Amino acid sequence: MHNKSVAELSRELERGEISSVELTQQFLDRIKQEDGRFNSFITLTEEQALADAKAADEQRAAGNATPWTGVPFAHKDIFCTNGVRTTCGSKMLENFVPPYDATVTENFRKAGAVCLGKTNMDEFAMGSSTESSYFGATTNPWGLGEGEKRVPGGSSGGSAAAVAARLVPAATATDTGGSIRQPAALCGITGLKPTYGRVSRYGMIAFASSLDQGGTMARTAEDNALMLNVMAGFDPKDSTSIDRAVPDYTATLNEPLKGLKIGLPKEYFSDQLSPTMEEQVRNAVKEYEKLGATVKEVSLPNAKLAIAAYYVIAPAEASANLSRFDGARYGYRCDDPKDLMDMYTRTRAEGFGTEVKRRILVGTYALSAGYFDAYYLKAQKVRRLIQQDFINAFKEVDVLMSPTSPSPAFVQGEKTNDPVTMYLEDIFTIAVNLAGVPAMSVPAGFVNGLPVGLQIIGDYFSEARLLNAAHQFQQVTDWHQREPQ
Amino acid sequence: MTISRKDIEKVAVLARIRVDEEQVSALEKDLGNILDLVDQLGAADTANVEPLAHPLDAVQRLRKDEVTETNQREAFQAIAPATEDGLYLVPRVIE
Repeated sequence: MHNKSVAELSRELERGEISSVELTQQFLDRIKQEDGRFNSFITLTEEQALADAKAADEQRAAGNATPWTGVPFAHKDIFCTNGVRTTCGSKMLENFVPPYDATVTENFRKAGAVCLGKTNMDEFAMGSSTESSYFGATTNPWGLGEGEKRVPGGSSGGSAAAVAARLVPAATATDTGGSIRQPAALCGITGLKPTYGRVSRYGMIAFASSLDQGGTMARTAEDNALMLNVMAGFDPKDSTSIDRAVPDYTATLNEPLKGLKIGLPKEYFSDQLSPTMEEQVRNAVKEYEKLGATVKEVSLPNAKLAIAAYYVIAPAEASANLSRFDGARYGYRCDDPKDLMDMYTRTRAEGFGTEVKRRILVGTYALSAGYFDAYYLKAQKVRRLIQQDFINAFKEVDVLMSPTSPSPAFVQGEKTNDPVTMYLEDIFTIAVNLAGVPAMSVPAGFVNGLPVGLQIIGDYFSEARLLNAAHQFQQVTDWHQREPQ
Repeated sequence: MTISRKDIEKVAVLARIRVDEEQVSALEKDLGNILDLVDQLGAADTANVEPLAHPLDAVQRLRKDEVTETNQREAFQAIAPATEDGLYLVPRVIE
């Protein structure tokens, strides 16, 4: 049962072969048995899940089902869930129980999906390894046999590990600089970061508002399409949400790929990429050629500046967003503050972890008097150059393909002492967020028994095409079906 | 680009984060390394380039000036660290 996709489970529920209550109980039991090894969940919502499953079974019996009615899944603990604590991986929000739902949460609720719990993540989504969570690191289900524990990537490492370990068939995630694609790659699953503005950010705890985007994680492209069908759409509660029709993302999955024009950005096949990784990615591209696609080299000349621009823009926006955590209205407050300043400074010193504080300080510095033009404004100008590179590339080709990460899952603790080394994990994913275009990571092979991800980048609002390209690849490969030992 | 101890102390005050004396050296190194990474931006020619704030250059929408939200003061105050008579309590500001 745990190996089945959302699409398969949905069909079994539809045919009455299993009830949502049975299915939900099976997955809950599996999480309780297995998750001690992975720590992919922060909160399990067993009672609520079983009540929702019962309601879903009644909906199905009454003939009011959607494809999601009764299907179990999990939310990254960054999406506010009414009445269920939402921690964002931080001590600051350890006991925060939101009095409202994120729009994404509400959408899944309306579709009748059954949320089993909230998944682990880097604190405030700042990280590439899910090691900075206040609730402990998540372990990658892959590579455990080697005696060393590996990271699942981050920041959505809990969602990725849970899907890879078959604890849930699907989970929500968010991506500010690679936080869906890099963990999807390192855990051997399929993930999609939509176009900026496609999925509502309302109730999704903000990190860097001009980059943050909610998205999908599951084992198959088809399941990602089913998720995006629920998540995408205009939301008046999000001022950057885009008012544009949402297609049925499952409708075009079976379109043939003949004539698809693929571009390989030469900057993403540089010496930063290990030869064994490159071989896997090039083999995947060859599969696309067999499916009728054509391939050419393209250039993103400013991509090399993406990490630098990101580490100004993201911390600057984070420093503003995270100023709301002041100990006054919700979240953590330090003991016995002697005055207001003491309350603010100790609450924030004690409530935030090291990496979050580091980024707030960098962001505050970049925005402070005398530095704003040199850092923030300069970075925003470079951001436009990076966007222009993508616009130019998509005049020549339909999609871009590259590795998702420079190397497979690394050993826990290997990069925690050097923030800059950790930042370079996102070298192939960050430019996409700066440009705001959609991108996926699709399982495309293994190096030393660890999964390798193929990144597929598309033009604005081309999610249907990306999902189509990923789905067709998954009809002729089985990398996405491989199960960790 | 190096960042001085004095800069770190100043930024910590602006960010309202208490930084203890023994943390300053580590921050000096880490923030210095991050700013070194960021300094690559200086090499980019950005003359006549408009800064990009929203990838689709969307602007803030205006809505009708109508009340759409209901008052949920009790729900919001229920999760606050300290309240009294519908007010949020913080340490005394005015003697």
